[in-house]
Amino acid sequence: MAWLLLFFVVPMVYLAKMSLEQGFFPLFTFSWAWSNFSDAVSAYRPQFVRSIEYAGIATAVALAISYPLAYWIAFRGGRWKNLFLLLVIAPFFVTYLIRTLAWETILSDNGVVVGLLRDVHILGADGRLLATSAAVIAGITYNFLPFMVLPLYVSLEQVDPRLIEAASDLYANRVVSFARVTLPLSLPGVFAGVLLTFIPAAGDFINAQLLGTPRQYMIGNVIQSQFLSLRNYPTAAALSFVLMGSILVLVMIFARSLGTDRLTGAGA
Amino acid sequence: MTAVGQVSDAVARDEVGDIDIQLIELSKRFDDVVAVDALSLEIERGSFFALLGPSGCGKTTTLRMIGGFEEPTSGRIELAGTDVSGLPPYKRDVNTVFQSYALFPHLTIFENVAFGLRRRKVRGDELRRRVVESLELVGLGGLERRKPRQLSGGQQQRIALARALVNRPRVLLLDEPLGALDLKLRKEMQLELKRIQHEVGITFVHVTHDQEEAMTMADRIVIMNHGQIEQLGTPSLLYEQPRTAFVASFLGVSNLLAGTVTGADRVRLADGTEVRVQRDALGGRTGSVQIGVRPEKLRLDGSESNTLEGTVAESAYIGVSTQYIVNTAAGAVTAYVQNDRPGAQAIPDGSRLTLSWNPDCTFVVDAQEAS
Repeated sequence: MAWLLLFFVVPMVYLAKMSLEQGFFPLFTFSWAWSNFSDAVSAYRPQFVRSIEYAGIATAVALAISYPLAYWIAFRGGRWKNLFLLLVIAPFFVTYLIRTLAWETILSDNGVVVGLLRDVHILGADGRLLATSAAVIAGITYNFLPFMVLPLYVSLEQVDPRLIEAASDLYANRVVSFARVTLPLSLPGVFAGVLLTFIPAAGDFINAQLLGTPRQYMIGNVIQSQFLSLRNYPTAAALSFVLMGSILVLVMIFARSLGTDRLTGAGA
Repeated sequence: MTAVGQVSDAVARDEVGDIDIQLIELSKRFDDVVAVDALSLEIERGSFFALLGPSGCGKTTTLRMIGGFEEPTSGRIELAGTDVSGLPPYKRDVNTVFQSYALFPHLTIFENVAFGLRRRKVRGDELRRRVVESLELVGLGGLERRKPRQLSGGQQQRIALARALVNRPRVLLLDEPLGALDLKLRKEMQLELKRIQHEVGITFVHVTHDQEEAMTMADRIVIMNHGQIEQLGTPSLLYEQPRTAFVASFLGVSNLLAGTVTGADRVRLADGTEVRVQRDALGGRTGSVQIGVRPEKLRLDGSESNTLEGTVAESAYIGVSTQYIVNTAAGAVTAYVQNDRPGAQAIPDGSRLTLSWNPDCTFVVDAQEAS
């Protein structure tokens, strides 16, 4: 509880207070300035929408890639399981910024990938990858993929193979037994993976900054520049709260749709 | 060993009704290990059949091959006359009660039991009726809305049974279903399973390493060792006339004494005593054999015709009977004497006495191989 108080409640209260202040750096005065919130939202609505959109697409793509991967490692990995998992998290040994910079090089206009795609006419002669929405979304997907794979793996690994045998004994073919047994039992992993990917992705600014242009900027970029460049702390704090609140609402809707009793396994 | 197998087949064929399961030269190899070795077996419709043996004897592998969870290396499995060897489990008219129960934790009891029926497109009222009926059969009506984790081990076991039986399979496979229960519950469930089997009339194939469990429940038992059949028969046949030393010692306690065949119904023991055995039990053997007699068949008063002199080495009073270890020139012998009279006095250690037994209670097995 002391930890929670020190590292969560105190900063939150401080941030909340700041979001209601007014003035210019370095002199802010507390004044219940609720207008900070409405001003922030109306001024940066496109970035908000874009954040949710990019994070949502990246999460969906990550889930689509990770589920088969985690499934394969959990059920077919055999004694190489740990090696495969190590390979999944291997990129983490290089820092986030460097990895994203590497992608900047890979996707650059003079890079191999763009050259190849132009040669085979998938991209036009002046087509680009860098500075597009696709590049930003791909970057986010790539950077948060392990956060999706690991919880999925854990929940799939915990699915008792004897349950799949039992399903098969009870006339379920492979497709049905996946749909009725494996998938429902792995939903907690899906839930955890989606949260772990979506939440940081929605607040991400590195990918948009390095792989995109101001036209791809997300709310994270706005908050970052408000805090660090413009020193407009109250607006930045208000934006942070709005972001937090909208994520919370989305998470709750998502949890509802998956069924909370299924996730905790309790209930009648 | 093949000789024993053939004889067993002959015994099985004597009372042949409809055959539900036929295993033909069934083998399973895991890398270098032969788990099941050219096993042939017929299981009659409506019988309660037990596969009994020590762990690693291949009984579970055999059951898993019948269920379709393991593919035979060679040989065939016929279910009601149809070859099912290549079919996946979900296409076999067989259901299994797993040792771990394997209830679906995310589904209610109702949905667990309904799982197989739903796959077979049973819907609506009939689905509900059959699920409820099946739960009542195992004495757990009214728990439909619970989740498996809310039930005790014994209840989960019954749900696993209901989930399998509700499909009215041709054959029900039971893989050590009582292994995880405590002793009292296990005894209860043994009788319960037998009752349910009588009630539904489905062929039960039960795998267990517990000889008492097999004896209590099964009409017929096959004793397996090293992937092969040691002997097949009714519980009393296996107990009274074990055909191998393995069966004799796996099923209850046996006194085995080495000897040499001297006639069509005579064996001379190591100390020179000649005893009579049944002609059938000897089965035309010659040379070295072992004769066996169950401890409770021995008399201490010399009233039967086969006799052996000995000295009491040890005695133990265990209530219903007193157990003696008697040293004889042919080897140490265990005898149980019923305490069926008031004030029975134990015979003191060191006393000399004459053990005797009826030739009809004497069985013969092959001599122990030098090992």
